[in-house]
Amino acid sequence: MSGVAEMEEGAGYVAQGIGLRRNGRRLLEGAGVALAPGRVSVLIGPNGAGKSSLLKVLAGEIRPQEGRVSLDGGDIFRLPPAALARRRAVLPQAAQVAFPFTLAEVVALGAPPGRTTAERVARLLARVGLAGRGAGLYERLSGGEMQRVQLARALLQLEHGARPGYLLLDEPTASLDLAHQVQVVRLMREIAAEGVGVLAVLHDLNLAAMAADEIVALQAGRVAARGTPAEVMTDAGIAALYGVRARIGWAPASPFLLPQGLEG
Amino acid sequence: MSLAVAKAPAGGRRVGPRAGLAACAGLLGLAVLASLAIGPVTLPAGRVLEVLAAALRGASLAGVRDAVIVLDIRLPRTLLGALVGAAIALGGAVMQGLFRNPLADPALIGVSNGAALAAVMWIVLGAPVLDGLAAAHLPAALAGAGLPACAFLGALAATFALYAIATRDGRTSVATLLFAGIAVGALSGAGTGVMVFLASDQQLRDFTFWTFGSLGGATWAKVAAGLPFLLFMLAAALPLARPLDALALGEAEAFHIGVDVQRTKRLAIAGVAAAVGAAVAMAGVIGFVGLVVPHLVRMMMGPGHRALLPASALLGGALLLGADVAARTLVAPAELPLGVVTAAFGAPFFLALLLRRRAALFG
Repeated sequence: MSGVAEMEEGAGYVAQGIGLRRNGRRLLEGAGVALAPGRVSVLIGPNGAGKSSLLKVLAGEIRPQEGRVSLDGGDIFRLPPAALARRRAVLPQAAQVAFPFTLAEVVALGAPPGRTTAERVARLLARVGLAGRGAGLYERLSGGEMQRVQLARALLQLEHGARPGYLLLDEPTASLDLAHQVQVVRLMREIAAEGVGVLAVLHDLNLAAMAADEIVALQAGRVAARGTPAEVMTDAGIAALYGVRARIGWAPASPFLLPQGLEG
Repeated sequence: MSLAVAKAPAGGRRVGPRAGLAACAGLLGLAVLASLAIGPVTLPAGRVLEVLAAALRGASLAGVRDAVIVLDIRLPRTLLGALVGAAIALGGAVMQGLFRNPLADPALIGVSNGAALAAVMWIVLGAPVLDGLAAAHLPAALAGAGLPACAFLGALAATFALYAIATRDGRTSVATLLFAGIAVGALSGAGTGVMVFLASDQQLRDFTFWTFGSLGGATWAKVAAGLPFLLFMLAAALPLARPLDALALGEAEAFHIGVDVQRTKRLAIAGVAAAVGAAVAMAGVIGFVGLVVPHLVRMMMGPGHRALLPASALLGGALLLGADVAARTLVAPAELPLGVVTAAFGAPFFLALLLRRRAALFG
């Protein structure tokens, strides 16, 4: 798999030198991340490190005071919302929907009006483990089910968009049980294998190690470390990032971590 | 487990958009017929249709008693009622979509109050302007346009002020907008109080009558004046169907799926101001129609705005005409203020809604 460094100049979805201040607080300082088609990047870091802020900047939601976000070389803040939406989909953290929409209606919002089919929506609902539930009311779902419906909605948006597409996920496993956490990670890998560039904010380092081609660790708004899971998840790295003593083990394909206690 | 067979009215058991729109149009047709037929002289529906058909054929009906009643007395009032009801209901539907809150109402964010304050200022302080017009030998029709124009400008000013207060860095916070709306409403109420204090007895009667809402002053000129506002509102509202659906996900999420959120808000706010200002000007403050109608439509057809917006306009017209027939006949030969009738059925509905959603609203 080609690394970011080998990519064609300007290609991909890249945030560089991002500086973001809000209400006098510095949220990001010189932070950046580069997405490439077919790869899964994962943002980790302690609470308040700026993970969600960096994702929002990348999504085009917040315009940073410094730095640049480019998509295939072009500034995303110059793109009309509809053009940007054809290239990147976002899975948000909060998933409340006003008014009694059905699951199928919420998923269909991912596509331009009248352009998608009931079969497509049903297939994507099945893909996130909600087969046959399209006529139910969204507002009656549990938090985890809502998140999966939103994921189906984001996937529909990518299917209707232009290639290569990018998917940004803000803590996609936050309200899911273990089986669904693993399902979402597997789905992230599948989507990447289909040529989509994926970026996820994850708190669970073991899920991050399972999911990621590249991990970017943020600390106090700066990039503290970046590399493969094996490169970032070391005793010293985890201690520096979280102040936690941890034992790093090795499962067949990826490292795992057992916390032992706080440092000092 | 399947949610498709949920017991609640919304969800699995919805009426399709075509059937729903046809039902709303049918109700509006019935309400129009009832409004034309019922009154001090009640005509059979067949006779009303005969008169309408003859008028449409261009037959000469001069001096025919039933034709005078139907065409000259009741038809302007009926059309005005349908227009006002449609405008209020559509304004309510767009506003609820904009605020992602089924309890939102033009009165809630002070738009109706702003319109009412401007109208009251015209009633109380407009006399010198009228004298000036008379002195300048300007036509009397211009004087009649003073109240509607002021109400419209009041609605626009209130909406504009709200937008300016609640928008920062090109983004409108809905929470700020709602709270600012309460403040603007209170301020308008205080201003109205000052005007009432300054008013003479006759002005006070005019004002009170108008405040409660009425279709009593309907003329063809008023209908013609209201029509462009409603057409503007419809033109602004129908392209908003998809953006309003998307806004139900949240503002950031609507942006994620490609909606120009700021443009949507500007269009929605301008459309609501036009509809509410025009409705207040034509018929005074008529509450609860904007709240009740979109809710009924959502229960029947689901929350998708593509069907909700036109269905709300149709059902709003039907409901307001029904209320007007009740207002004219319940205490005949006297007439109840229309706003009193709509409040009488709307306020309990609002309370029931509030109680059902209490858990969600207050944890």
